[in-house]
Amino acid sequence: MANQRVLVIGGGLAGLAAAMKLAELGTPVDLMSLTPVKRSHSVCAQGGINSCNDQTRQLGDSEWKHLDDTVYGGDFLQHQPPVKEMAYAAPKIIDLMDRLGVTFNRTQEGFLDHRRFGGTLYKRTAFAGATTGQQLLYALDEQVRRYEADGLINKYEYWDFLSPIRDDAGVCRGAVAQNLMTMEIRSFAADVVIVASGGPGLVYGRSTMSMVCTGSAVSRCFQQGAKYGNGEFIQVHPTAIPGADKLRLMSESARGEGGRVWVPRKPNDSRAPQDIPTAERYYFLEERYPEYGNLVPRDIATREIFDICVNDGLSVEADRQCVYLDLTHIPRAELDRKLGGILEIYEKFQGVDPRDFPMKIFPAVHYSMGGLWVDYQKSAEGGLEAGSPRNQSTGIPGLYAIGECDYQYHGGNRLGANSLLSCIFSGLFVAPCVQSAMEAQQGSAADQPASLYENARQDKQSEHDALLNQAAGGENPYLLHQELGALMTRAATVVRRNDQLTEAYEKLGELAERSRNCSLSDSGAWTNQNVVFTKALKDMFPIAKSIVRGALNRDECRGAHYKPEFAFSGLESEEPAERHHQAEAWCDRFEKNTEKWLKSSVASWDGENPQIAYEEVDTSLIPPRPRLYGLVGGEVIEQVWAERMARRHGESGNGAPQESSQAAPSTT
Amino acid sequence: MSDHAANGHSDSFEVRILRQDAPGESSYWERHRVEHEPDMNVISVMQRVAARAQSADGKPVAPVAWDCNCLEEVCGACTMVINGQARQACTALVDKLLDEQPAEIELQPMQKFPVLRDLVVDRSRLFRALTRVKGWVPVDGSYDLGPGPRQSRTEQEVAYPLSQCMSCGCCLDACPQYTKIELTPGVDESAADFAARQEQTHDSAFLGAHAISQTVLFNSHPTGKVNAGERLDVLMDEGGLQICGNAQNCVAVCPKEIPLTTSIARAGRATTFRLLERWFEK
Repeated sequence: MANQRVLVIGGGLAGLAAAMKLAELGTPVDLMSLTPVKRSHSVCAQGGINSCNDQTRQLGDSEWKHLDDTVYGGDFLQHQPPVKEMAYAAPKIIDLMDRLGVTFNRTQEGFLDHRRFGGTLYKRTAFAGATTGQQLLYALDEQVRRYEADGLINKYEYWDFLSPIRDDAGVCRGAVAQNLMTMEIRSFAADVVIVASGGPGLVYGRSTMSMVCTGSAVSRCFQQGAKYGNGEFIQVHPTAIPGADKLRLMSESARGEGGRVWVPRKPNDSRAPQDIPTAERYYFLEERYPEYGNLVPRDIATREIFDICVNDGLSVEADRQCVYLDLTHIPRAELDRKLGGILEIYEKFQGVDPRDFPMKIFPAVHYSMGGLWVDYQKSAEGGLEAGSPRNQSTGIPGLYAIGECDYQYHGGNRLGANSLLSCIFSGLFVAPCVQSAMEAQQGSAADQPASLYENARQDKQSEHDALLNQAAGGENPYLLHQELGALMTRAATVVRRNDQLTEAYEKLGELAERSRNCSLSDSGAWTNQNVVFTKALKDMFPIAKSIVRGALNRDECRGAHYKPEFAFSGLESEEPAERHHQAEAWCDRFEKNTEKWLKSSVASWDGENPQIAYEEVDTSLIPPRPRLYGLVGGEVIEQVWAERMARRHGESGNGAPQESSQAAPSTT
Repeated sequence: MSDHAANGHSDSFEVRILRQDAPGESSYWERHRVEHEPDMNVISVMQRVAARAQSADGKPVAPVAWDCNCLEEVCGACTMVINGQARQACTALVDKLLDEQPAEIELQPMQKFPVLRDLVVDRSRLFRALTRVKGWVPVDGSYDLGPGPRQSRTEQEVAYPLSQCMSCGCCLDACPQYTKIELTPGVDESAADFAARQEQTHDSAFLGAHAISQTVLFNSHPTGKVNAGERLDVLMDEGGLQICGNAQNCVAVCPKEIPLTTSIARAGRATTFRLLERWFEK
């Protein structure tokens, strides 16, 4: 149909990839972002991007194994067809980014260099120094600028997406947005709106996420009828640098190169770290996990650091939680050679040289596996049907979601270096799907009555005016945000308890109520950041409530969601027959739990609260199996499980998929 | 880690901010008092100022507007002039600033870009320069056409620092030849007409060190080279390389330590060859 346009909300990797691909297919795109797209949060990704590659392939790797690692790392909570499609597209995506000029590190022969990341045995991760996300984003930003110069893409930078516009039949016909400089509110007609707005880190106050990651665009779609999937799955990275303004990531490679984590044995020990003798230091990861030491998987490291500070009261600082990550025993020259880049970050922000003093670190909210629920259409090969209008659709006709803000690819826990991949993949893949949706559409946005757009604009204008005219003396939005962040960080991060979650949910209701009473300290008509922030704050509550409600409901441990009350402990007996018996019981319990909880939570908004339904997960490609890393007796359980599966497949004559392999335990 | 109370600094300090309520209006100084906390940077100072919304003398004031995003010095958003130097607010640590200049921190908007409000400026000219120099690799498209051209480790090591440019604009703010352009919309001028006029004006003004360095980056890429001549023509055109006065301020202030003057020298050599090439083509 002539004159059809697509509106993309968000200019990070996913939004830029979608805009580029749509423009290439000849569809005009309006690209909207809170910030100049080159400053999007994707720039913060350090480590790299995963794909099966020529080298790993010769060591036995395959796209199928990348799929397997991803669903195993995600504790089987994601539908497998989209993950399969992504894993099989990955090598082509790396080739494309290479052609676009990404300055990937090279081998001496001039091929792409790779490093190993958590959750796999293969060196699958291509990288560009310690700024892979920045480099990938720039390459797409450049291509988008090229299409912009050709007139196919129009950028609307410094615009805040306020709401999708739905017609009487519920079809999404565009969006209302506000210019952050002039404060103008206007409607944008669009035949399809694609939301690519990233994660909701600010719901937790401070996190490793950027300041635009408020989750407001997602929340505004959620409040207009889109569904929110697996909200309770929030990844907490074990090592971040606590800052007054932000928690900055400290890469896992610091421990990989020999970094040791410790706290003084004496609570509130005021001595400088170098004055504390070895005997009075508690290297708790090494003592508690002698086999893995400081390189235990991410979720375990996170929980132990949290535990030592919160429950054992052994934080290094009295008024702030942190532990030492110590590199000072490693020669300076070696540190400079292997870890130069990340040590400079610490030095720059803390003003302290980590070659001389141990770093102070603490876990931080890092990534949301949950996000807008999206559909997919499975192909005969078990992947996705290319070009199907169902792929990445929120279920609201004309409204799509991609990137971190969709719930689709990472299940209960994301593997390192898979997020850049899922963003670029979903962005490229959605373009032809959106095109087929537009071809099938009844009437284009251009044919809609002007009143549809004008009414939507006026609604938002009145809300805006009401907020500006709110009487003085009410709540301070910035202080309320601090309360929200503290509450969410306490109740819904590393260790979750039902009593705390119940209390937090009630408290969220109170905070949400109080947020309606925010009065502004700025009535300015130009670049009023106060009013923009207050709107974003109010929209954090539906997301926060969905996270907490989902966590409260889910009485199990899966991926990043950990409730000690429901944890499966290891085998206690040392006696072989009894140990085998216990392993059988363990597997029975595992199967029962899978039956009950291998389901995605899907929230819909009723105006006040999320209503949560559960959706079966498509595990047709790789049957779920226990994640056993670090568990006492794990090898016996693994054996019992394998026997059980072999028996079952023998009975039914229907073996596991041919290419399937029992992957080694994950380290994520 | 230095403890300021212990170092003789007081528990709070003053921040002097050059404010402006809207484009084209006059600016004024305002003082704010901020409690000292450990590990503070200028971003956290701005957050406290916004939450308090009161000047040092207790008068209610609107929160100061400023731009920021990643807070890790990779996005380029939070550039401002801090104690007289254009730099990123996220890496400007309060304790170090107070060591430089005790008791007070001074914040001003960037000086070479139009102020939108307070410390927020319009840097669209900076991004426009990237379009002018065709700052992209002209690939056939995004279809699967195999891997990119093979490149040596040395080539990567030269290109990588240049590709870390985050368009923050510090190099431009410090450059004596990069002068401020501030247009105001005419009474009857539409927004689109104004934008077009602005673009036109920007297109004949100095490109700046960041854009010159990007031409070097793309002209050295095996595929990017295809457009090398066109990019050099832009450098030789109005607002191009010849405006550079070799003050070398750009390289001194670049937060990513990009070798900007090396790029300028390389671009200078390349334009000389381009000139000869064009002369022989005649």
